[in-house]
Parts: sequence; structure tokens; C-alpha cells
Amino acid sequence: MSTDRMKNLYQELVLDHNKNPRNFREINDANHLAHGHNPLCGDKLTVYLQIDEQNVISDVSFKGDGCAISKASASMMTTALKGKSVDEANVLFHEFHDMSTGKLDLSAQPHHLGKLAVFSGVRDLPARVKCATLAWHTVQAAIVGEEIITTE
Amino acid sequence: MIDNLAIRKEFPILNRIVNGHVLAYLDNAASSQMPQPVIDSYNNYYRTMHSNVHRGVHTLSQQATDAYEGARDRVQSFIHAKSRKEVIFTTGTTDSLNLVASSYGETFLKEGDVILVSNMEHHANIVPWVQLAKKLKLVLKVIPITESGELDIVAFDSLLTNKVKLVAVNHVSNALGTVNPIKELAQKTHSVGAVIVVDGAQAVPHMRVNVQELDVDFYAFSAHKMCGPTGFGVLYGKESILSTMPPYRTGGDMILSVSFDEIKFNTLPYIFEAGTPPISQAIQMGAAITYLTGIGMETIADIEHQLLVYATDRLSQIEGLRIVGTAPNKAAVVSFVLDGIHPHDVGTMLDEDGIAVRTGHHCAQPVMDRYNIPATTRASFAFYNTTEEIDRLVEAVRKTIGVFA
Repeated sequence: MSTDRMKNLYQELVLDHNKNPRNFREINDANHLAHGHNPLCGDKLTVYLQIDEQNVISDVSFKGDGCAISKASASMMTTALKGKSVDEANVLFHEFHDMSTGKLDLSAQPHHLGKLAVFSGVRDLPARVKCATLAWHTVQAAIVGEEIITTE
Repeated sequence: MIDNLAIRKEFPILNRIVNGHVLAYLDNAASSQMPQPVIDSYNNYYRTMHSNVHRGVHTLSQQATDAYEGARDRVQSFIHAKSRKEVIFTTGTTDSLNLVASSYGETFLKEGDVILVSNMEHHANIVPWVQLAKKLKLVLKVIPITESGELDIVAFDSLLTNKVKLVAVNHVSNALGTVNPIKELAQKTHSVGAVIVVDGAQAVPHMRVNVQELDVDFYAFSAHKMCGPTGFGVLYGKESILSTMPPYRTGGDMILSVSFDEIKFNTLPYIFEAGTPPISQAIQMGAAITYLTGIGMETIADIEHQLLVYATDRLSQIEGLRIVGTAPNKAAVVSFVLDGIHPHDVGTMLDEDGIAVRTGHHCAQPVMDRYNIPATTRASFAFYNTTEEIDRLVEAVRKTIGVFA
């Protein structure tokens, strides 16, 4: 690793989730699902959700292929969302989005991102922001019932 | 041993520091860098003669016209066109191909005609034909490519029936580096009475091109891939065909006389150049050709071939690396994939070491689909690159594998 910027982006946590993605499976009886596509990179993933009557995400998973950033981001997203209400998920989506695009200053502003803050490094690499946010855009689409989203 | 240090000194950008390292620019198939004489020609034009061409009687307009038309003469002799009327200035390869699809295609093709497009094309040589086929109800058939990335000539022969009216193919593939046998393809295409349209964007900067020897009907290329500026390109077309084609865009400069009752169009090549043209870009294109021919296209091809051989050899030794595109006749392009590592992660890692490569689908998605991969990492070389830069690439790829393994 040559610089802090790179260390910041490809941290052990990210490399681990890339190699061993969590919740990397289909949910056969998912009641929400969406396909995400990042045409520039060729990243493609599908997010599966099981949302119960109380509007709580009882199960969430993903399948697909992409770069380390998109895969690790999807993996960590599923672990963060499991058990959260849809409203809580929306808050996380907006915070994650603002962090990636540099609008949320993690050290100065309150947030609920926890470990997801590991992706804050992408704000210095505009070409990679889409990789980090693809899974989040896709889950957002799944919740509101859009089947296919693209980052373009 | 490659001796290009004197050449490198003429490219100011090669001294740039990127992320703490001297730039290693290995993305020449996307856009090449510009040497000082070509940069100076722009400066000189705006400092001494900027004005509009083909219009004024004043000195500046005359000088600008001479410089602009002088560039056409240089292009003509560079690609060995028979006449300067056959050299149409456009905004680039994409514009050139759209001109052919629109003006030639819409005039001479009709419902049920077959057009052949190769599987290794850049989107610029796919999308205009797909759109044209939809509009005119043409039958578009794809010429397949082999595992090594060569055009499947056997398949081409069987696709080439009397119904085929147009063949669109590149001279050199931007994604694979394959050099196609254009002369042979042109001969076969003509044997069924069809025309051949060649995307030469990746060929003209790297080898001697003679459009008469190749006997192509149309040949398109861009200035920015041959040490020239962006926003400028050329369409070569045989005069016998161009002279039968209607205008593509209309307006000033492409007319002889205009009234509301009657418009008389200008002659070749001006009939295809409506409006104030990209004057400084044309002049820079001329300067780029002077620069390239000063080095010599044979010398350029020789240096780049040495770089290709060296890079192919060194990269092939990396375990888990697979080169995509292994045709025997290749330009200096090496596309590769790494086991389990996405090209975009490779690109970010390499950029951190100051190495510029292209990662992605290279505007050639059908090529990616053919090999069932989403993207590749592509290193593409120019005559100013060095084996040391390739060593840095190899080292950075090894480091990347280490991080993601």
C-alpha cells in the first residue's frame, strides 16, 4: 500500500468482506427485490429483502459480481440492515450517500453509520463513489418497489 | 533496446507527478499525449492568424485558409488518398462513421439489405449501424471472432452473400489489439458488390496506412489518438462514392449559392463540411502528422512492437493473469484480467502508483460479452513509452494481487 489514501480505501475490513461476502445468497421468498447495474464498471447485483408486517427488515441478502468496493459495500450493508426498520434503513441510506459524496463530515456531524464509515475514503475518488453506493441505491429501489436501477 | 529518450523530452506531460510518482501513461488507445510542436502550432495559430476560413479577402483569413487546407494535403499524403477531395474533416471517428451511415446508408440501403458488423467493434462502429438497421429495416449480422480475438474469416465468407451491401469493421481492435486483414476483407466485400467501412482510429497512429492499397471505400480516424487534438477527425471516402452522396449536415460553407428557391451545394470535400470548421484542430492535426512522419511510421511501429512483446512476455509470467486478445498480428494493446480481482480495483491501485491504464469495457461491450467478462484492464502503448514503465506496471499488478489475494 503506497499511500494513506489507498490504505484508507482498501482497509482489512473491506478486503475481508470482498473475499468473504456476508449474506451472499438468494432469498427464495423475498417480498422485495431489485437489480442494480453500474454500466460504467459492469457491476451487477441483486438485492433481496424480507420485510415483515411491522416494516422491519427481517432478512436481507445479495448476489452478483463487481469490484471489491461494490461487493464489500453490499456485504456490509446487509449486515447493517438486518433487523432495522425501513425508516432506519432510509436514514442509513441518506447518511451513507452523503458520506460517499463528501456532504457528511463524520467527525463533525452525528450519524449512525458505525462500521460503514470504512467507505468514507471513496469521497476522494469520484470514479469509485458509484461502486460504494450501488448496493444502497438498489436496496432503496427494492423497498419502494422499483425492480431495476442503474447508476447512470 | 529502445532509444526514445529524445522523443520523450518533447512530451511535457510525461514529466508530471501523479500521486507522488512520475506519470507512466499507458492509456494511449483512449487518447495519446501531445508533443510540444503540436502544442505550439495551436499557440501559433491563435497568436498570429486566427480568423475564419474560406471567407475573407483579408490576409489573416487567407493565411488561416492556407494552413487549414494545408492540413488536408498532409492528411491526403499521410494516408495516400488519391485526391484531396477524398479527405473530409469531421469531429472524430464517431462523426465520420455517422456521416457514412446517414448519408451513404440512408441513400443506398433499403429494406432487407444485409449489413455485416464485426463482434470486435467499438460502439462507434456499432450504434450507427444498429440505428440505421432499425430505421431502414436492414438485416444486421455479426461477424464472429475467434477465442484468440481474430475475425472468424470462415464465418465471414459464409455470411458474405449477394444480399450484403455494407461491411463495417475496424482495422485494429481497441479492446483486443487485433490487426484485421483489411485488404483481404475489402477484396471479398467488393466481390459481392458491397462497400467496406473501416474504423481506423486505432491503426492510423501506429502503422503506415495506404487507403488505395487497402482498397477501402471509407476509412475513419481521429486526431486525438495520433498526438493531435480532441474534437477532430477524418473521413476518407472514394471520390466515386462520395460524389454520389447527399450532404450530411447543411449550412454555411457547404454551399455555392443560396436563395429561398434554389440551393447549389459546394463540391467535394466541402459539401460535407457545414459551418465554421474546427480550424485550429485541423492545423494541429497537420502538425501531428508532420511530427509522426518526422519520426517515421516504420520506426513508430517498430518501437511499439518491441513494447508489446516485452509487456506480453512480462505480464504472462504473472500467475493468475490472463491476456484477452492473443492474435498473432496485434497492435501495442494488452488487455488482461486477474483471477478474482475486478479491473476497477486494479485501476485504482495502479493510479496510486502513477500508472494510467484503462479499466472497463472500452466502449466495446460485445467484446466483453464474447469472453464472458464484465471488463478488462488495458495497457496500451505509444512510441514514447519505455520498458521501465512496463516494469512499473508489472510490479504494481503483483502488488495488487498481493493486496487482494
